[in-house]
Amino acid sequence: MIHFNFRIDMTDTIYINARATKQHTYDAIVIGSGISGGWAAKELTEKGLKVLLVERGARHDHIKDYKTSNLNPWEQEHRGMTTQKQKEDYPVIHRGWAASEAIMDGWTNEKESPYTEIKPFTWWRSYRMGGRSVLWGRQSYRWSEMDFEANAKDGIAIDWPIRYKDIAPWYDHVERFIGVSGTKQGLPHLPDGQFQPGMDLNIVEKSVSKKLNDHFKGKRHLFIGRVANLTSNLPNRGKCQYRNRCWEGCPYGGYFSTQSSTLPAAMATGNLHVITGAIASQILYDKDRKRAKGVEILDTEDNKTYTFESKIIFVCASSLNSTWLLMNSATDIWPDGLGSSSSELGHNVMDHHYNLGASGSVDGFEDFYTYGRRPNGFYIPRFVNLNGDKRDYIRGFGYQGSANREGWERDVAELGIGSSLKDVLSTPGSWTIGATGFGEILPYHENQIMLDKRYYDENGNVTTDTAKGKQKTDKWGLPILAMDAELKENELKMRKDIVAEMKQMFEVAGIKNVHTWDSGHYLGHGIHEMGTARMGRDARTSVLNGWNQVWDAPNVFVTDGACMTSSACQNPSLTYMALTARAADYAVSELKKQNL
Amino acid sequence: MDRRTIIKHISILTGVAFIGGEVFIQSGCKPSPSQDGTAFGLPKDDISLLDEIGETIIPKTDTPGAKAIGIGMFMQKMISACYDNDQQIVFTKGVQDFKAVFENKYKVSFINATDSQKQEFVQELNTTTYQYQKNKKDKEADHYFTMIKQLTILGYFTSEDGATKALRYIAVPGKYDGSFAYKAGDKAWATS
Repeated sequence: MIHFNFRIDMTDTIYINARATKQHTYDAIVIGSGISGGWAAKELTEKGLKVLLVERGARHDHIKDYKTSNLNPWEQEHRGMTTQKQKEDYPVIHRGWAASEAIMDGWTNEKESPYTEIKPFTWWRSYRMGGRSVLWGRQSYRWSEMDFEANAKDGIAIDWPIRYKDIAPWYDHVERFIGVSGTKQGLPHLPDGQFQPGMDLNIVEKSVSKKLNDHFKGKRHLFIGRVANLTSNLPNRGKCQYRNRCWEGCPYGGYFSTQSSTLPAAMATGNLHVITGAIASQILYDKDRKRAKGVEILDTEDNKTYTFESKIIFVCASSLNSTWLLMNSATDIWPDGLGSSSSELGHNVMDHHYNLGASGSVDGFEDFYTYGRRPNGFYIPRFVNLNGDKRDYIRGFGYQGSANREGWERDVAELGIGSSLKDVLSTPGSWTIGATGFGEILPYHENQIMLDKRYYDENGNVTTDTAKGKQKTDKWGLPILAMDAELKENELKMRKDIVAEMKQMFEVAGIKNVHTWDSGHYLGHGIHEMGTARMGRDARTSVLNGWNQVWDAPNVFVTDGACMTSSACQNPSLTYMALTARAADYAVSELKKQNL
Repeated sequence: MDRRTIIKHISILTGVAFIGGEVFIQSGCKPSPSQDGTAFGLPKDDISLLDEIGETIIPKTDTPGAKAIGIGMFMQKMISACYDNDQQIVFTKGVQDFKAVFENKYKVSFINATDSQKQEFVQELNTTTYQYQKNKKDKEADHYFTMIKQLTILGYFTSEDGATKALRYIAVPGKYDGSFAYKAGDKAWATS
């Protein structure tokens, strides 16, 4: 087997330890090593800045630490199933599909790091080097002018301070580096990018695509997902081997993660230090200069705090944790934290609502099967509320799905037992197809997260008796978040349409036994949580300006999902990367002009 | 292996969701605790019995059967680690029932019975279980035989013999072909 190893000898020397290190001053501190933080580290170090990358979780090295990624099915002790112990330790993760034996260590220990659900909220976290860049779904779509204009046109929330032209060159930059495979479609509302060759639709998906195109006269599209999996080699990274076990970490570097891509690039500059097991507990603020001066780091091993200073700070701790950090910072000046002067910090939390769609069976195609396990499916981009289409709700949704021949897992209760059962399960079943909708959630001021400052009695009930009660903290004594957010009328109306439209499209395409489902959606469950420190044009109504700078501390940049002003319906990670690269470029130019 | 596979789970919901693999979508719904400290252990005779039941469900043909891959021990391990206390009790009681009902009917132990006796009994049990699962309410316990059958199928087709002999397994496909020729009788892939 070919492994694409990075031949960088400094791997071990870049990792520092707060207790032992003498150097506590950097040009930039980047908080969080996930999709956004990795990008900030790469861009800033490549532009010559000395950077400290802060990760609260443990080190997780490329290839070496992907311990399960080459195991055969029979070598997995519980064949993919999680244990009762894991169900107890990770109840939130067990609400969804991602509770799987091989990756449980990647999820955050929920007992050590609790949060409060005032309303149900599913928070999928990975406190480990690379964060969710290792576990992500890799679907990579650009936003369009329509998405950046939407708030202004609808009179919803506030206007984005940027337009498509501001971010387009950064999408180019990011796509070229991470490697996005996909096909050009020429759709104004889902712009094409710098794609590697797209993966193939299978024969059933091609047939459905053609039928939809014919029936809807070119107004609806089904094409292969745009995915950050390589179909051509890149320097030090091998192309996708169609094993479909990306989330265990890819020994080929076949998909974008911090480890496979941005971290080695940042390391190669010689300008990077990394500190793991280190929680950024507050941003230290100099009220005379109106600038941040550094970051307080809590060492998760000795529970002591250490101060690191820098000229600029990139906050990329993942949407809700970035806001948590701001809420914990500069509270002597603003009781609700750095960036709270607008009264918008923590508000407007969004996600994509899903857990609904349709599936059915496909007649024919018995002479065809698939070879290889494609870590990707088809995409049906938004078609509602555009090009003259008008619904009883605003914004829209897309679908992701795939067609497959059923395997041995299928239900054949009527076949009974014995050699007939064995023979049937040893051969593929019929083709099935399914698709899941992903809908836009509007930014509502009242959908918010906050520090949980309430007191709880010994039974865990909220009490007003502060003498007897206790505030909740995490394992390290730090305050925890409380989530108070829900879907509203616009989303609920849209959900009915998502199901009905998919059913209709499958029926048009000749799919049989079309079955629909809607399992309900709690915020966060889409793993696309965003907002809570939105960008805007006015310091009175937004936390960040058009360059992702905190209005009240311009040398602090928040570039992960926290910055989003609306949610569109496309998978958001590509946009976080492009915004991060754009902000890093601006930060360095402002530093040179001594404006920071 | 990612959120698209949710579709597969949905499309097989006509049957029974995998026991022990429950999804707790409602946040108020918590998994039941496992037994405190006491490991779930079946006597050796019961492991041998489960080997024979498993072999009746997935017998040796031109490829190995479930007994050859040690399906009894596999069930023991899975039930011990992945089933909750209530499910473990259902299973343990079920195995005792199985023995008693079989011996009462055939006047011989299952292990010493003829192949046709074994097949007849397990086939009937499969049918009554199917009816039970279809009619039972959500909160009612799953039938112990559903557990045995699911674990047999899972354990067998993910075993080395099952995956590489009964099925086809390629660890590193290297490419994707979405219109790969298939003729009747060609084996299914072990992994998706």
